[in-house]
Formats: sequence, structure tokens, C-alpha cells
Amino acid sequence: MIWDATFQLVLLGSLLIGATSGTLGAFAVLRRRSLLGDALAHAALPGVALAFLWTQSKALPILLLGATISGVVGVLIIEAIVNYTRIKADAALGIVLSVFFGGGIVLLTHIQQSEVGNQSGLDKFLFGQAASIVRADLYVMCVVSALVMVAVFLCYKEFKVLIFDAEFLAAQGFSPRVVDLLLMGLIVLTVMVGLQAVGVILIAAMLITPAAAARFWTDRLHVMVLASGILGALCGALGVGLSALAPRIPTGPVMVLVATAAFLVSALIAPRRGVLARWARIRANALRENGQHFLRAYLALQARGKREIALLDLASELQLPLYRVRRLATRLVRDGRVSLQNGACSLTELGHKEADFVVKSHQLWEYYLVYRSILEEDHVDRSADEVEHILTPEIIEQLESILAQEGIDVVGDIHKTHSGYRRTGEDG
Amino acid sequence: MDEFWGPFWIVLTGALAGASCGLLGAYLVLRKMSLLGDALSHAVLPGIVIAFLLSGSRDVIPMFIGAAICGVIATVLIETFHRRWRVQEDSSIGITFTALFALGVVLITAFAGQVDLDQECVLYGEIAYTPWDRLFWGEWDLGPRPVWILGTVFALNLALVLVFYKEFLIASFDAEMALSVGVSAALVHYVLMGAVSVTTVAAFESVGAILVVAMLIVPGASAYLWSDRLKVILTLSALMGVVSAIAGYFLAGVWNSSIAGAMVVVMGALFALSLIFAPHYGLLGRFVRQIRLSLRVARDHVLLKLLRERESQRVSALSWGDLVDTAARWVSGIAIRLLIWQGLITRKNGHFSLGEQGVIHATRLLRNHRLWESYLNQLGLPPDHVHDPADALEHFTDDHLREEIRAALPNIATDPQGKRIPDG
Amino acid sequence: MLHAVDESVTPIHIHDMTVAYHKKPVLWDVDLAVPEGKLVGVVGPNGAGKSTMIKAIMDLVPKASGWVHIYGKPYSRMRQVIGYVPQRESVDWDFPINALDVVLMGRYGHIGWVRRPDKIDRELAEEALEKVGMTDFGHRQINQLSGGQQQRVFLARALAQDAQIYLMDEPFAGVDAATERAIIDILMDLRARKKTMLVVHHDLHTVNQYFDWLVLINMRIVAAGETKDVFTDDNLNKTYGGRLTVLSEAAQAVAHHQRGL
Repeated sequence: MIWDATFQLVLLGSLLIGATSGTLGAFAVLRRRSLLGDALAHAALPGVALAFLWTQSKALPILLLGATISGVVGVLIIEAIVNYTRIKADAALGIVLSVFFGGGIVLLTHIQQSEVGNQSGLDKFLFGQAASIVRADLYVMCVVSALVMVAVFLCYKEFKVLIFDAEFLAAQGFSPRVVDLLLMGLIVLTVMVGLQAVGVILIAAMLITPAAAARFWTDRLHVMVLASGILGALCGALGVGLSALAPRIPTGPVMVLVATAAFLVSALIAPRRGVLARWARIRANALRENGQHFLRAYLALQARGKREIALLDLASELQLPLYRVRRLATRLVRDGRVSLQNGACSLTELGHKEADFVVKSHQLWEYYLVYRSILEEDHVDRSADEVEHILTPEIIEQLESILAQEGIDVVGDIHKTHSGYRRTGEDG
Repeated sequence: MDEFWGPFWIVLTGALAGASCGLLGAYLVLRKMSLLGDALSHAVLPGIVIAFLLSGSRDVIPMFIGAAICGVIATVLIETFHRRWRVQEDSSIGITFTALFALGVVLITAFAGQVDLDQECVLYGEIAYTPWDRLFWGEWDLGPRPVWILGTVFALNLALVLVFYKEFLIASFDAEMALSVGVSAALVHYVLMGAVSVTTVAAFESVGAILVVAMLIVPGASAYLWSDRLKVILTLSALMGVVSAIAGYFLAGVWNSSIAGAMVVVMGALFALSLIFAPHYGLLGRFVRQIRLSLRVARDHVLLKLLRERESQRVSALSWGDLVDTAARWVSGIAIRLLIWQGLITRKNGHFSLGEQGVIHATRLLRNHRLWESYLNQLGLPPDHVHDPADALEHFTDDHLREEIRAALPNIATDPQGKRIPDG
Repeated sequence: MLHAVDESVTPIHIHDMTVAYHKKPVLWDVDLAVPEGKLVGVVGPNGAGKSTMIKAIMDLVPKASGWVHIYGKPYSRMRQVIGYVPQRESVDWDFPINALDVVLMGRYGHIGWVRRPDKIDRELAEEALEKVGMTDFGHRQINQLSGGQQQRVFLARALAQDAQIYLMDEPFAGVDAATERAIIDILMDLRARKKTMLVVHHDLHTVNQYFDWLVLINMRIVAAGETKDVFTDDNLNKTYGGRLTVLSEAAQAVAHHQRGL
């Protein structure tokens, strides 16, 4: 029964709203205009009410025109307050947002308590009621969405530069003010299109949340814009679908909750910037570091003339419990750096190579610090210990050439390091 | 409810809410934390609703606990998104408060039968029911419950602001300095946010979750336009809250609308008035100062023009067309009329010339101009670069500054173009 | 080599201190013992960690390692002996407060929680204002003061703290010649009264003239000691020389590594 024509209409409408606000939200968020969108939406409320009072009509284009005018007036007032008084932007935003909303509430309650307004249904603009979308509304939405999409497509590169470096945009002969105004105008249109289905209080979330979610998936703007648009559309459709199951619940909050869920999931599982991926990388780094400590400890023991190096010796050198050293060894064997025979441990060729590299970078760094800073030798160790796992081959090369100029040649002799093993608390 | 006490309780409730919010709001505005206040007031909604659902009553204590938990969750989420997940700060705030508010609204509508709460209450409160919402002590009717709640909160806020005035001041002005004298700025921050949350929850039933934002920010910002003294700002801010409550109540009667909404509209009007009429920081004052400034500049230019003509001894009078500055015809015209009215220049047969006082005035200006030219030249500016800056500086040079420049230029009788620096 | 430091007479003793912002080290392994009664300049290029060092001394930024002792005790117990002049940009000058009230803040550490400043505190504040030649401006809103005057108000506030040690972050930045003269006179006067001062400074021309002790810093201490010994071309080369990029590259690498990027 939910697949009837009305529902399809509503679904299509929310898809459009989600896609438009998602697409533009990417720019709004990156340009740090997300909360301005919020103020704009709240400021639209008195416009809706005034348009109704004036024309006694409930036609969407008329109400949205009123909303647009009062929203734009609100934004202009914010700009004026910030430019001409000592009140800061955050307070100016809050003032316009709340006072316009208060004015809207006064008008709405006034309409509700008068005879004409009883059935006005204007309160759908507060929390959104997608079910109230009719065919004519859908046409309006289509036109506005198409307009926004085309504008984004045409001005993509200008927006991109505006976000990244407005001064450069000016140097290229574009007026950042004009581009900014255009972007702001598109944000206004987007917010207005969504008002009916999502409501003035929460429409800002449809700008912010899908865009912030998309940001986790990519570092490229065009991918982000696309992803944000698709996410927005999905959230819109899913929100409508869910709220169709419980018709009493307004659509806006449901859409917002769906979008929030998408944001949280993205934050967790996104491949590079996601929380899990970062956590895994930190863990991998720690593992590598511990492995390198193991290798260095092996070299140190060897240098002290020890022949048969058992895990127990390594444990006492590293000052770690045996079970952790055993786990480390197992992992290093798996990675082909260490071989274990009858409890005695030896390095493979690969293991030797890595150990030498670590020792060398450790020592280079020590030399460098001592040379640079006339620092006491007993102090350099902790930093070197931290840095030895991290130095890239390029930095190593630089260090070598600097020290070579001073006639210092570092070969990476384990005898010359006097180091401990930094704790990281992670192992295999 | 009788005709006096009904309105009285409503106005008192509104006034207490306005004053409580006003006191804290001034700090929110000064500390640039307005948006955090906004976010917090939205974000506590699910906490309040869940408390309603669990306790099944309108008891204040569960409400505060629920709201407090939600407030903490919101703060933690914003911090986590921003600092750990590296989402932009404004986006973090936006995501968090819309999500929590949406959750609150969904809960309210989903459990509509079980909660004595509806969307309207969330939007604009139920201050009109104040007189019927009584607090009982056993058999005793102690008066309206919201008055007691908001009264307590107001007393607490007032005590906080009075007792910790010094600590709040230093932590708001200079957090590092505060730390270095042993006042933890973080502690002050959390105490303030705690107070804002408590006040928001206390005001929630009366004015709703969104209008309370206006009560927090608008009076504080208005007061900030009137004064440079924190004590005055705090007092004014609280007073504006009270005035808005009284005026809002009566306006709501006239408009047949929500009382809380009308209070906010009055606050908005007070802000607009402050924005325009505040003596030093208002737009009107600013505009008048600018007009006076450009008039003064235009007047000085007219005087100088006449004096220069006289000095070159071509003519001693100029026609209107020669005298008016074509780039700023309007201002220049007013300036000329003003000069005639002051008797500094005279008009004969459509031509203008300097009066006696006018000569003195103009000579002083010319002296300023040429002294500046010489001074700038001495600083290393080439002679053909000094005219424009001197043109700007000549108007703002008082006797004291003029003599200081004179002292810095011993033995100089002419400006870089070789024109004589007149005595004056 | 280990310095033998008699801590009870050493105003500031920093040992093996590393400070990191967002896990990126900005100061590495700082060791420093500032002698008493000296006017000490802290000099180095932008981003060298000068302000960070001052802030780390006062626990305003967390230390990744190491410690600071003030006359042999941790800072938290010695707050009262330190006066602080922050960078001028660090506060909101639109804040509704007048010059005298700002100076009065210098007394807050002595007054303690909750209690109000009394008459004596006010007198001390006015005295401090007088010392910096700002008596007539006490009731001006701070935004109506020139840059130099604002700096003097900050200095007066530190004077009102009546401290043994003064930490000053670029007190000469953006001030007029008269103010610079006035400030340096006050610093000399403080030195005559055996106060210790650590002053972040960026104008190399005046180093010799102003400071009797010098700390050259670029992410780590390059040199520290009597100005005449330390202020050498060689040391300046080490401090300002471009080759320190390796250090910042390594710092970047450490930060990325620890944040899992």
C-alpha cells in the first residue's frame, strides 16, 4: 500500500531535496557556512507566516517566496551586525536565528488562533511533513533543484578556488564577493526547497551532516560533492520510507537521524580517514616499532659478544615480559625477519637490513642533535629513540649530507648507540 | 484564577526566566560562546523527554539529571568530532545538536500518549498555564511551581555572578592570565556551561527549547552595545529580560499569540533599538560621526581652496561652481552653507571669499598641511608623495600635535614644494 | 656533562622539557637554568617555540616530558612569584573593561578566590599604572588605547603582581619608540631590584643593548648564557640557519606517525 502514486511522489521529492542539499552542503561545509544555513532556515519562518497572512494562500511557491525574502533579510542583518557593530559573528547569528524564529512563532500562533488559520497546516514548516508534498510542489522542487545543480556544474571551479584560497580567486580576475554571493544564493534556494519536508529547525542538518560524512571517504572535492549528494538523496529517501511506517512522526527529524547514522558509520569505517582505519594504522606503527626494537636489541646483544641469543636474553635486554617477546618473535618470523631454531634466534637477511637501517637512523639523529645543539649526549637518546622508526629515506639522506659537510661519517655502528627502548604498549 | 494573580504569575515567571538568562547570556556573548548556548539548549531535549518517560511526571530532579547527561554527551560528541575525527568545529556543533534535537522530537511524537509533552511545548513553552501548575507541600498550596523553579535558578545565577565576579571576569578576559593566577579557565567554562544548562532546563517548560536561545543571547548582546562596564552590562542585560517579559505578556494579549514568542519579539525590538540608538556603538551614532567627519573635511577643503587662491593672488573670490568639490557635491554644498552661516566666508554677487575669522581658520589648516608635508618629506617620502597623506592628516591635527611637529622641524620655513609655512 | 644547579637560588630551572602541539613536537629537550636578577632575552625565528617555552614554564601548555622548577619547586606551588605579560593579541580588546580593572587583575593571585579587591589592591594597581605613565588613562575602555598604551597596561598588570620573576611575551611588538623606551626603563629598574625577567624578543638590533643574558632558541636551545658570549655570528647562524628544516620535517613525521596518518 505504500507503493501508491502519492508515496512515489513524496519519495521522489525527498530524493531531490536530499540530493540538492547534500551537493551544496559539501560547499557550504567547506566554506564554513553551515551554521549560517541554520540561521537562514530559522529566519525563513516569519516569511512563511507573513506570506500566508497576506495572500491567504497555501500555495508552495508563494510561501517559499516569503520564506526566501525573510531568510535573506536575516542573513543581511547578520552581515550588517558583524560589519558595523562590535558584536561578533556567533552572537549575531544567534540573535537573528532566535529573534526571527520568535517572530515566526508569534505569527504562527496568531494564525492558529484566528478562524482562517485553523487548517492552515503551516506548522509542517516547523518539523517538516514530507507527506504534504503534492504534484505541484514537486514541479517547484524539480525546477529549483535543476537550477542549483546546473549552477554547481557551471561554477564548480570558481567555488573550488573560493573555498581553497579566495585571494587567489581575486588574483585570477574573479570577484570573490560575487562568487560568494552566488554560493550563498544557492544555499538559500536549497534550504527553501527542503523547508516543507524537513522543517526550518532541522534543514541545516541536511546541509551539514551528509557533507561531513562524505568528507571521511575522500580527499577530492568532486568526489566529495558527488558522494555528499548521493548520501543526501539516500538519507532523504530512507527517512521518508521510515517515517511512512509511523505517520505521526514528522519527516524532518527522521531524515536527520538517518543522516546522523550515515555520518557515524562513515566516521568509523571510511578507508583512510575513518576512525577504525586510523586506529589500525597506529597499531601497525606500534607493532613495527616494537619489531624494530627487537631487531636492535638483537644487534646490541650480538655486539656484546653473545653467540646463542635466546628469547629470554632479548626479554631482559628489552625489559619486556617473555610472553610479549615471544609474540613479537612469532610475528617477525612470519614477516621473514627472524628465524627461530631450538629456542635460539637469528636474523634473516631482511631482518639484518632493517636492523641496520634503524641503527643508522638512530645514530644519524643523535649525531645531528649533538652537532646542532651542543646538547649533552645523555639527553639525545629519548628523542632519537622516538625518531628512529619514523625518519624517511629522504630525511636520512639530508642528515647524511649535512653531517658529511662537517666531516662526520656515520656508519650505523651499534657499539656507539646507548639507548633504551621506548614503550608503546602494543604488540602482536 | 483571578484577574490580578493570573497575569502576575505569568509575568513573574517570564521575568525570572528573562533575568536568569540575561545574567548568563552577557557572559556567553562576551566569551563568544553564543553558539554553544544555542547548541546546548537544543541538545538537552532528548534528556528531558527520556526523564519524562521514565519518571512519568514533571518532577524537576529527573529532568535536570536527564538534561545534564544529555548536555555532557553533546559536549563530548562535539569535542570528539572536532578534535579526534577532525570534522570542522561549526559542522561538529551543527551535527550534534540537530541529531539530538531530532531524537527528542521523534521520542516526543512516538510516545505522544505517554508523555505530558508535545511539539508546541518544545517550540514555545506553556507559560500561559503557569498559574494552574501549583506546588504543594502536603496540603499547603505554595504557589505556581515554575515560579519556584525559576526563582531558585535566578537566585543561584545571581549568587554565582556576584560571588565569582572576579574569577569570571579574569577567565573571560584573559584565560592564560587566569591560569597563571590560579583561576582555572576550564573550570569557569564548565561552571558557566553548567549554569546555562540548568537555566535552559528550568526555562524549558515555560518558553520552550528554541526561544530560550533568544533569552540567553539577545539581551546580553543588546547590553553590550550600551556600555563598556561589565557590571552595567550584566545589570542591563537582566533588566532587558524583565522588561521583555512584561511587555511581551501584554503584546501577546493584543496579538492573540504565544506569550514566549512575543517576549522574544520584544527582545528583538530592544536589540534593534540598541543597534540604532546606543550612544557609542550604535549605528546612528556611527552614522552621525561619519557625516560630521565628512562635513568637517569638506569645510576644511573649501577654506583651504579659498586661501590658496588668495595666496596666489589671482582672485580673492570664487564662484559656486569653482568652490564646490565635484566629487562630493552634496556634502560640499552643505559645508559651504554652514561656513556662510558661521560667518567664516562671505558671499557677494554670487562669489565667495574668506571672512576675517575664516582667514585665521584657513591659515591654521594650511599650516597643518604644509607642516605635515615637510615632516613626511623629512621622514623620507619624496616631495611628490606627501600631498595626499598631508591632506588627510591636516584635519585631525590639534594645537598640541602641531607644535610637536613644528618642534621636530627646526629651521624649516617652506614645505617641500617651496611654499611658505604660514604662522598660526 | 651535567650542570650542578643550586636550585634554591635558581629562579627557573628547566630540565629535559619537550612540548608538543597536537603530537607534533615544537620544543625538543630543553635544558635551561636562568640565573637570578638577570634580564634575559629569548630570541629565535618565527615558530621557534619562544612563546611555547614561556607558556610551558607556566603550565599553560602541557609538557610531553621533562619538568620546570621555580626556585626548586614545581610551578603550581610558586604561582605567586611569577608575573606574566602575554602577547597583546591574546585578548579581546573589545571586552568591556577599563585599564585600571585590567591592572587590578594582577592582584587577583594575591587576593585569592571569592574575596574582593580592597583599597590597598586598588592603590597598588594605581601605583603600577603610574609607573608606566598611564595614570590619566585608568578609566579608559581598553579599546580606546593605542597599541603602545595597551602594552603598558599589560606591563602595569604584571607589576601589580609584585612578582620575583617576570615572563614577557614580545612586550616590544608593535609599540612606538616612546613606549619601548618606557618599558625598557621599567625592566632595568626591576633588574636593579633583583627581579628575574625572561623576555621574548625579535629585534636583533637591540639585543646587545637590552639583555645581559640571552637564550637562542629554534625548536631547541641553540645557546644560552651571557649575551657577550652567546650573541655570536656562529650561534645566530645556527639559530636562523635554514638547515633546521630537518628538525621540523622529523617533527612532522612524528606527529603523523602518532596520529596514524
